[in-house]
Amino acid sequence: MAVMNVNPTRMEMKRLQARLRTATRGHKLLKDKTDEMIRRFIELAEENKRLREQTEQELCDALNVFAEARSDTDARVTDEAILMPSRHISLVCGKRRVMGIDVPSMEVSDSGGELYPYGFLTVTDKLDDSLRGLNNVLVKLVRLAETEKTCNMLAEEIEKNKRRVNALENIMIPQLTETIRYIKMKLDESERAATVRLMKVKDIINK
Amino acid sequence: MPDRIAVIGDKDSVLAFKAVGVEVFDASTAEQAQTLLKRLIAERYAVVFLAESLAEQIPETLAKAKLQTYPAVVPIPTGGKPSGFGMQGIKSDVEKAIGVDIIFNKEGKK
Repeated sequence: MAVMNVNPTRMEMKRLQARLRTATRGHKLLKDKTDEMIRRFIELAEENKRLREQTEQELCDALNVFAEARSDTDARVTDEAILMPSRHISLVCGKRRVMGIDVPSMEVSDSGGELYPYGFLTVTDKLDDSLRGLNNVLVKLVRLAETEKTCNMLAEEIEKNKRRVNALENIMIPQLTETIRYIKMKLDESERAATVRLMKVKDIINK
Repeated sequence: MPDRIAVIGDKDSVLAFKAVGVEVFDASTAEQAQTLLKRLIAERYAVVFLAESLAEQIPETLAKAKLQTYPAVVPIPTGGKPSGFGMQGIKSDVEKAIGVDIIFNKEGKK
């Protein structure tokens, strides 16, 4: 590891020693942070996977039934039936801090209203089924969105953090240690030089 | 704070979402989806569900959306069978964070 370009003085050495102490402490802290983030991430990723498996299947079923319902009658009739929904879903959103990153937290709030905004004369009961299914799966979908986003952001943060830990561990700390050693050697060397010089001078005087 | 939910997908498959009160945006090509997604990211949307078939074709825009807190862009299957694109997303997250995919491999061994 290359020695930094510094003056080999006692002042400089003190400064570098302080930096080394900070770097070592920071390294330990960041490493602990990564460990904790990974622990949480694994939990979240498992939940994410479970949620996705559930919702994907349920959502597909609901949409397939909807497609069937649409093909049973004239497509336009179905379209017309649901063109003016009486429900409106909105979310109550906030931010949560997980390990120092802002992740979304969402809660579904629907306006109430009738789930079936149509007359039952023209459409089939499959449409009812599919809408009921879809309405049920929607809450889960929002939870999935929340979990998945948290996972995404946490993964990103873990990667960044790892890079920081590696930079400290493999570059900063060895470089500082090496430089401090270099300064120490230089100082020792000049000290020895001074002693030898004094001894020589003493010899010359004594003669 | 954003509070709206949207779905992007081809009209036939995502129309059902309209009935349950979600805003539906019709896009049948990748370009349309991309323009729409960019617009929705800029607006006050909290969740954007995107049809898997379209999401596969615009990975860059998806990757960009991942960095912000809102909106959460979630690929969803739209009828038929799940294509596995969503699962692929989780898998790549795990690989990014841990280095190896321990969650899916574990399942495989059982």
